Amino acid sequence: MKMSEYLIKNGFVFDPVLGIKGDKADVAVKDGKIVDASDLSSKAKKIDAAGKTVMAAGVDIHAHVAGPKVNVGRNYRPEDKLFKATPKSGIKRMEGGFSVPTTFRTGYNYARMGYGFVMEAAMPPLYARHVHEEIRDTPIIDEGALPVFGNNWFVLEYLKNGEVENTAAYIAWLLRMTRGFGIKNVNPGGTEAWGWGLNCPTVNDPVPYFDITPAQIIRGLIEANEFLGLPHCMHVHGNSLGEPGNYTVTLDTLKQAEGLSPKGSFGRDQVLHHTHLQFHSYGGDSYASKSFESKSKEIMDYVNSVDNITFDMGCVTLDETTTMTADGPFEHHLTELNHLKWANVDVELETAAGVVPYIYSPKTFIAGAQWAIGLELALFAKDMTKVFVTTDHPNAGPFIRYPRVIKWLMSRKARDDVLDNVLKYGDKVRERCFIGEIDRELSLYEIAMMTRAGPAKALGLAHMFGSLKPGLDGDVVVYPFNPETDDDPEKIEQAFSNCSFLLKSGQLVIDNGEIISSGAKRTLWVDAKVDENPQVMRDVEQKFLKYYSVNLGNYEVTGHHFVPNPYVLEVDATQ
Amino acid sequence: MDTVTLTMKNLPNLYLEADNISPDVFAGKKAQEIAELHVFEGREQFQLGKYFDVSGSPAAAAADTRIVVKGDTTRVKYIGMKMSAGEIMVEGNADMYTGAWMQGGKILVKGNVDAFTGIGMKGGDITIEGDAGNYLGAAYRGDWRGMQGGTIRVKGNAGSDTGYFMNGGEIIIEGDVDVHVATHAEGGRIIIKGNGKSKIGGQMVQGEIIVFGTIDVMMPGFKYIEDVEMEVDGTTANFALYHGDLGERHPKKKGQIMYGKLYQMI
Amino acid sequence: MSKVIPDVICPFCGTLCDDIEVEVSDDGKTIIDVYNACAIGAEKFMHAQAKDRVTRPRMQQPDGSYKEVSYDEAVEYTAQMLVNAKKPLMYGWSSTSCEAQGVGHDIAEKVGAIVDNTATVCHGSTLIAVQDVGIPSCTLGEIKNRADRIIFWGCNPTHAHPRHQSRYSIYPRGFFTNKGHKNRKMIVVDPRNTDTAKMADIHYQIEQGRDFELLSAFRVALRNEVLPDFVAGIPKEKIYEGAELMKSGRFGVIFFGMGVTQSLSKNHNIDNAIMLTKDLNEFTKFSIMAMRGHYNVTGSGQVLGWQFGFPFCVDLTRGFARYNPGETSSNDLLRRGEVDAIFVLGSDPGAHFPISSVRKLAELPSVAVDPHITPTTEVSKLHVPVAFVGVEVGGNCYRMDNVPIDARKVVDPPEGVLTDEEFLTRVNKRVSELMEVK
Repeated sequence: MKMSEYLIKNGFVFDPVLGIKGDKADVAVKDGKIVDASDLSSKAKKIDAAGKTVMAAGVDIHAHVAGPKVNVGRNYRPEDKLFKATPKSGIKRMEGGFSVPTTFRTGYNYARMGYGFVMEAAMPPLYARHVHEEIRDTPIIDEGALPVFGNNWFVLEYLKNGEVENTAAYIAWLLRMTRGFGIKNVNPGGTEAWGWGLNCPTVNDPVPYFDITPAQIIRGLIEANEFLGLPHCMHVHGNSLGEPGNYTVTLDTLKQAEGLSPKGSFGRDQVLHHTHLQFHSYGGDSYASKSFESKSKEIMDYVNSVDNITFDMGCVTLDETTTMTADGPFEHHLTELNHLKWANVDVELETAAGVVPYIYSPKTFIAGAQWAIGLELALFAKDMTKVFVTTDHPNAGPFIRYPRVIKWLMSRKARDDVLDNVLKYGDKVRERCFIGEIDRELSLYEIAMMTRAGPAKALGLAHMFGSLKPGLDGDVVVYPFNPETDDDPEKIEQAFSNCSFLLKSGQLVIDNGEIISSGAKRTLWVDAKVDENPQVMRDVEQKFLKYYSVNLGNYEVTGHHFVPNPYVLEVDATQ
Repeated sequence: MDTVTLTMKNLPNLYLEADNISPDVFAGKKAQEIAELHVFEGREQFQLGKYFDVSGSPAAAAADTRIVVKGDTTRVKYIGMKMSAGEIMVEGNADMYTGAWMQGGKILVKGNVDAFTGIGMKGGDITIEGDAGNYLGAAYRGDWRGMQGGTIRVKGNAGSDTGYFMNGGEIIIEGDVDVHVATHAEGGRIIIKGNGKSKIGGQMVQGEIIVFGTIDVMMPGFKYIEDVEMEVDGTTANFALYHGDLGERHPKKKGQIMYGKLYQMI
Repeated sequence: MSKVIPDVICPFCGTLCDDIEVEVSDDGKTIIDVYNACAIGAEKFMHAQAKDRVTRPRMQQPDGSYKEVSYDEAVEYTAQMLVNAKKPLMYGWSSTSCEAQGVGHDIAEKVGAIVDNTATVCHGSTLIAVQDVGIPSCTLGEIKNRADRIIFWGCNPTHAHPRHQSRYSIYPRGFFTNKGHKNRKMIVVDPRNTDTAKMADIHYQIEQGRDFELLSAFRVALRNEVLPDFVAGIPKEKIYEGAELMKSGRFGVIFFGMGVTQSLSKNHNIDNAIMLTKDLNEFTKFSIMAMRGHYNVTGSGQVLGWQFGFPFCVDLTRGFARYNPGETSSNDLLRRGEVDAIFVLGSDPGAHFPISSVRKLAELPSVAVDPHITPTTEVSKLHVPVAFVGVEVGGNCYRMDNVPIDARKVVDPPEGVLTDEEFLTRVNKRVSELMEVK
């Protein structure tokens, strides 16, 4: 690693951790870290950020970018790549794919948007090697992956018996086996029910055979997470995603966090992160405009009243995209609605996944309403460090639309333009949703909270990312956007789609808008030490012997070729 | 119409990708500029002028531009790709992707064409005087939105997979066809004046297939409804109407189930 | 003294058994015995020990004989061939590791090659069908634990995937299937009365070339519509009976192979089978899975997928990835004379391709990377021997249900023999140098 020094001069800096709200300031990077400018030698390379916006590199808390279902999305959609390729050039490999980009395009496009870290949202443990191979082949950005636990047979059995410590021991073991980062919980219980073609629509519907409810799974996983003191909290995709009227299930899900507080030393405030909350904030009993309505107000009234919950938007971008989630029953439901090609994989003892293309057509009322709800959740939020910009890529839209989402959040005019000129049923959307009444326009400072400081803290990574505080990683981005003079909302989208400079881990990877290096990406994972637990190890051995189709000796992700550049967060959860 | 004539003078060793042979690309250019347009032989880029003599000149607009292609063009792919107006006449054969993703205008090939002719067609007219290869008027791999509009007429025979995922437009085969006609079709019309083999209308949701000649093996999901008299492309005759594919889903319109229709001349 | 290495992955077929135990000599040089593998798998390990292994590259001479050359010369010939070709084909990839595949792709991207794997003559039809209609599927452990209706359509696992039925599909006692095969009903669809068909509860001895029609008929039966008296030679009563048997299970699965992927209709057969599976999900839980052949053809499809976006037939000639089987598939390219050099690694097209394609292989500049002497190596201009992946070098592979398992090394390769990855890395370096000069 070159011991380079950089001085980013005269930019308008936005840093919610340091409290800098657009003041002109210099940012110094040396030996991979942010330093005080006084620590630089005269040999420091100067980057001119005059008239431009400077922030820490972005942190994406939830995107489906690496793994078996992502690759199903790629391989089964040649049409997603037709006429959309970027040829190889310079050090860049060729790029392809619009809603499900190839790994090279994924890395390059995140870098172009000034992002430095992306969390792969759902890793099926049996397929962990595949996730890591794709992460390895994704240039520039650091990544981690969240293994899924909400339908795991060990978890269901231990939590049924109220055995939090055993659950925690199993989780710690699985994080090590899969080089995983934290606890992901998708459609708790429902995806195991899907093994029989069934589902758990509410938090109180018991899982067939295992006889445990989603509420117990959610609460139990939060307790196990805090028992371990993991950097991130329990990360949940609640039951009944996408169903009209599901906001009641969502409130029941969120309430499982009541009375619980975060443990551990990684600095997060929350015990529950609800992902793509947009899909879970629906009222009414059908998608028709006479029934469907936004429940973002009810949801946000609750979220704003507590201090131990974070969420990400899952904002719909009005594109043709590809849905992919571990919510197997939901994907089956979707293909029954739109008759488009449906891929499904049930994973023994662990989880499932489904993939279906979807068109959020502006000609339909429902896509307009979904678009509105995602934005409303953010615009109703009180604490902008607890709400994060995502599109649940690629489910609600491709991640390259984040700058467009930012534009909508920052500009009432841009939102009205969608309502009046893009949506066919904009008037109905105004009737059934709140978006039309909302004046609020977020500032760049608030955007920095939602895309940097907030997600970094929620992930327990505030000691590395999300701010330009000296000591943190040298992840710095310069956007060609002048907060003093640029007032056209289109400029926001353009600037945040193509940064001028990006430093990643103190290395210059984008110079004058050009990608000049693949960087030295790292895979972050969490190694939690727990007390020896012979019972859990015996249960593991037995289940591998009797029910898994692979040997226990072949389960762990070992080998340099999978995780060539690991960054391990150590957690001591011994009692 | 203003005409540009391309005469093949140098056969490629491999195949040529000539997606620049299109009235939209030629319009408004001088012959010299046209000769400098790129073609690909394998991964190497060359100029059109390396393989073709270019004479004449196009009009300012594609709609008034005609291109005549002479010589042995059996190995030239993508002629007329994405064109929106104007005319192309190929005196010999053309290879794959002739008129691919065509939006408008006219193509006439006096010889044969290979596979993927008219793939993803949205509009326009293609006439093939010889035979057509497989996947005539088909969708691109993975796309459930196939041919949307336009007309393709083949005077000779066609291969397999004609009209795959067809949504609209019309295909007329005056000769025989190979297996798999209108598989997965949701609209459009295919007329076969010669004989069919089997797998006709398999997985069809909506659309029409009319066969004048024989069908070796009918799909089991086609149910005889009634005889009808119809005029089809200049011929009036009696046809047996079948509804299908009954193994597939079918939408309802005003309470009526919308089937695919297969007509066989009696 | 010897030691037994446990948890060894068998590098032969898509069943990718990972419970093999290999007894090796203490010095790690000799395989003494193999436990748990089927006859084919055991032989894969044992014949790596053959005393007449080719250990150095061989270059074809004008008189047709082969002369030994060094690996350096082999690297040079290969790099020159790829760089000088206008449209090279890089084929195979199915009997090697994902790491090697990745290096091969880097080379292919630089020289603008077509990258294709054995799916092109095998389950490519499946890949095309999945692109048209998706695929409801599961891991093999789900079959073991839940499935009670097993359909083998156009495949003969008793011969082609010998341990499939005992490890996953018929005999195992799983969590919800504790009576093993007694819990399960088996349907076989095959024109022949194979050894697998002999064990079926129902054997549909189908008329050849009519799988598409019979699959359609099952879908018609599910919708309670009228059927003709016979479809594909099967009386309609048996079709309705089969549909009822499928519906009456708790969890069904259709396994399928070349009988449908490479017979008349090809991808349409698989398409309709997938749609039948989807329709069955209205009644009960149903899945479908391809019986993949080579032990890492699935991996090749995965690596191609995440790097370029397509699972086979990937054309990189114009600097970005394009895909269209029928045009970019190996046999069509060879038949039509569209490629001017061929590089084969991890497969034997000389044995598996139509003779018209093999003739082209024999005419064109060609390199075959293979531990063995094969029909391919014997028509190629250069034969480069390498270590056996999964025996002499490890590397990641993907099972037929896409589960990635890291194959192990159990013995050293013969002295001086390179691995695929090592050879490709050297070629890659030399290609970069040559491309720079260009």
